[in-house]
Amino acid sequence: MNILNLFVVIPVLTVAGILFTKDLKQSRMVSAIGMTAQLILSAILVYLYVSERNAGNMAPMLFMYDLLWFPALNIHYAVGVDGISVAMIALTGVVVFAGIFASWKMEFLSREFFISLILLATGVFGFFISLDLFTMFLFYEIAVIPMYLLIGIWGSGPKEYSAMKLTLMLMGGSALLMVGILGIYFYSVPAGGQLTFNVLEIAKHQIPIEMQRFLFPFTFVGFGILGALFPFHTWSPDGHASAPTAVSMLHAGVLMKLGGYGAFRVAIYLMPEAAHEQAWIFIILTTISVVYGAFGAIFQKDLKYINAYSSVSHCGLVLFAVLMMNQTAFTGAVIQMISHGLMTALFFALIGMIYGRTHTRMIDEMGGLMKVIPFLGVVYVIAGLASLGLPGFSGFVAEMTIFFGAYQHVDVFHRVATILAVSSIVITAVYILRVVGVLLMGPIKNDHFLHLPDANWYERLSTVTLVVGITFIGMIPLWLSDMINFSLAPLIHKLATIQLPGM
Amino acid sequence: MSLSDILIMRNELLLTFMAMILLTIDLNLNHAKKSLMIPISIGLFLVVTVIGFIPQPDQALFGGMYHTNGLVQLMKNILNIGVLIILFQSAAWLKSPANATKISEYFFLLVSTLIGMNFMISSGDFLMLYLGLELATIPIAALAAFTHFNTKSSEAGIKLLLSSALSSGILLYGISMIYGSCGSIYFDAIGAAYANVPLQVLAFIFFFTGMAFKMSLVPFHLWTADVYEGAPINVTSYLSVISKGAAAFILIIVMFTVFKTLAPIYKSMIYLVAVLTMTVGNLFAMRQKNMKRFLAFSSIAQAGFIILGILGANKMGMTSVVYFVLVYIFSNLGAFGVVAAISAKTGKEYMDDYDGLYLTNPKLSLLMMLSMFSLAGIPPVAGFFGKMFLFTSAASGGYYWLVFIAVLNATISLYYYLLVVKAMFINKNEQPIAKFQSDGYTKIGLALCALGIFVLGFWSQVYEFINGLTFGI
Repeated sequence: MNILNLFVVIPVLTVAGILFTKDLKQSRMVSAIGMTAQLILSAILVYLYVSERNAGNMAPMLFMYDLLWFPALNIHYAVGVDGISVAMIALTGVVVFAGIFASWKMEFLSREFFISLILLATGVFGFFISLDLFTMFLFYEIAVIPMYLLIGIWGSGPKEYSAMKLTLMLMGGSALLMVGILGIYFYSVPAGGQLTFNVLEIAKHQIPIEMQRFLFPFTFVGFGILGALFPFHTWSPDGHASAPTAVSMLHAGVLMKLGGYGAFRVAIYLMPEAAHEQAWIFIILTTISVVYGAFGAIFQKDLKYINAYSSVSHCGLVLFAVLMMNQTAFTGAVIQMISHGLMTALFFALIGMIYGRTHTRMIDEMGGLMKVIPFLGVVYVIAGLASLGLPGFSGFVAEMTIFFGAYQHVDVFHRVATILAVSSIVITAVYILRVVGVLLMGPIKNDHFLHLPDANWYERLSTVTLVVGITFIGMIPLWLSDMINFSLAPLIHKLATIQLPGM
Repeated sequence: MSLSDILIMRNELLLTFMAMILLTIDLNLNHAKKSLMIPISIGLFLVVTVIGFIPQPDQALFGGMYHTNGLVQLMKNILNIGVLIILFQSAAWLKSPANATKISEYFFLLVSTLIGMNFMISSGDFLMLYLGLELATIPIAALAAFTHFNTKSSEAGIKLLLSSALSSGILLYGISMIYGSCGSIYFDAIGAAYANVPLQVLAFIFFFTGMAFKMSLVPFHLWTADVYEGAPINVTSYLSVISKGAAAFILIIVMFTVFKTLAPIYKSMIYLVAVLTMTVGNLFAMRQKNMKRFLAFSSIAQAGFIILGILGANKMGMTSVVYFVLVYIFSNLGAFGVVAAISAKTGKEYMDDYDGLYLTNPKLSLLMMLSMFSLAGIPPVAGFFGKMFLFTSAASGGYYWLVFIAVLNATISLYYYLLVVKAMFINKNEQPIAKFQSDGYTKIGLALCALGIFVLGFWSQVYEFINGLTFGI
């Protein structure tokens, strides 16, 4: 059996297994086993991929598997991975694994919770391995819809409002996406050919430029909504703030990356000419995302809102990098996706754990937590430093690469946008350090906090997994960027050869 | 005419035969044993359904008035499956004391309207089409007024009868103009003679209006909500699924054969009607609190999606329509089945009553959720594929903005479908509907729906099979 199919089969089997469980203990055990298997599988995939490449396999996609599904429409179940998808799959494996352990004490309707969570993960894994736009879209929607139940049932605060808002906005995004994908399908090959949804096939031909101009905004904004593109980001803070811990982790950590990945894999890769023409509009929007998200985070008092706005800023940076359309920036975009995925998952896990102890998320009600829960405190500082881009952690590598790539454009417009985006680093430092200062340092404001227990084994397992990931990328980034760089070659080649009208 | 000629009409004849048997048996049963009619009717209908799947060559009768081919047979089979599920779902309701004496009447009327629909789909000329249509409509009006002691039900019957009479009148007027301008009532002859002179365009508009009444397309939908609310639930599900499906089938066949030369003209009309139907249906569905009214308006919106397939004006379009109706039967009957099961046990029909249902009746809630997702077009259930293919066929005609409007409408519809999910899974309720067990019939009916909703999407052979039988302009 093809290794990639296992990425869909294992979660589905896990879900089937959970159906037969009776209580929290059994269902979390089944989920943990399933997702550990998935994590191991991700590691094996990375290993296999790297060894294939070292053995000199130059094919753009590896481990391909193709099954004709609807012959009349030429819809295939087609899977395959390149370095970028392998990296995203590894990220998903880690975050889902950590997410299961972060929800170890989910008492209410635990079975249903784990089923929804793993269904979401199935969608994400399926999305990253898909080469066929139809199945990609199918998995995209599978990943989005469990969010409604996850936030609506197990969330907090105005959960029903947030859940509905998030679902409808993301489905609105998929409405745009649907138009884009269908348009791409009908212009996938020169007139008279067999239409196809396969990304690799479509990339061989040029979609007529007039159609690209029409379809690119649909596709890019469709994915952009999931990637928190300004002004369509408003679902993100509300959704993240209301979601239970593991869901925030998965959503900010992985699901939002579907947006960046899709914008890159579908919008830019298949319609480079229109992307080139229209990039300026979206560069303006993403720059606003980056700066606005960072400022938004400063003004929040709720830990989850702070992190949600910071996610808007960081995910905006991913789209910003994708639009810069050169090798360095693309590499940075992928590293940023992974780095932010790990970081934000860690943040949300920690916030969930702190909230579970203090029963508040308002920073001004807390203080001096470092003295009572040193383990969580230290990890929070690590996450914070990684987030503001301290060298040695993944955030630094990612942002450095992105801005380096962006600065390769010599015109005034790109320079200004880059400088504005760089300013977000300073703002990030402000809100991160402020939170660390108020939350962890200083006097303990509430006597009740004096006897808080520190992290349990499962909480440690969850957080340490993520910290290891962050430092790993921070210390040995070359390994990751090599893997990505190689896979960017087809796109870079395509960008170099496009005939731009008027150039 | 030999015996083998008669067998060409096997569906209609078997159903007629079945109706006769039912009446005869009913005469010989005493009061206490009337409930025996339920297994007998379901058993007989099962036989008819199975026989429908035996392959049959393409043939015609009565000089082309009646014809049958693979596509026609497939459409009849799809309707049969739907009716079978409805029969299973009606059992619990029929057993109630109020209906004890009328069981066989229910089955008789239901089978009669199905005979009409079968004739309608098999018709090769406008006379047969009209006959079938009337035969299909009048028994439904009786069915809508089935619980005649209930004011709303009798009102529904009258409303359905009057609005059907009006729409039939308009339809007939259109047919008479077609006859006047072409000199024939046969589909083939008219299709060849259509020259798009103004009278013929007008005739088409009248015909389309008549059919739009049956399919409850906006702006001809006003009868729908009241009738759906007043009629007994199982009749409502029949109206919204089988009746609508049959009308959609014959409409697309006629549009693709008789009026094919009009295609450039009618496309803009369909465009407008599709947008109006989806949007108006959705906007009204959002505000409904009664589950039957809610499903009524949602089914108006669904009809708007169905006619997207006509716009494609190609083979893909017709395949998508037939496939969508098949999927829609399972999804909508899943939803109606749950509403019927709850209503039969508790008499509750409002969305608020469903608050907290998952904690007491998880299986019903799950099926309801799946049906809602399928109706909204969320993967991995079948509705996603149905909608996706309809959108694809509309996009094949270059109607990208229409697709966009349609997908946005699908998103809006997701809002109100999620309201039901929210009620069942998220809302808290002090006194939720108590845990109850449905009877065997209901369970089978619901299980069939669940199976269809799950399997149809992934099982691509179904789509391929339909695609092998359909045709384009």
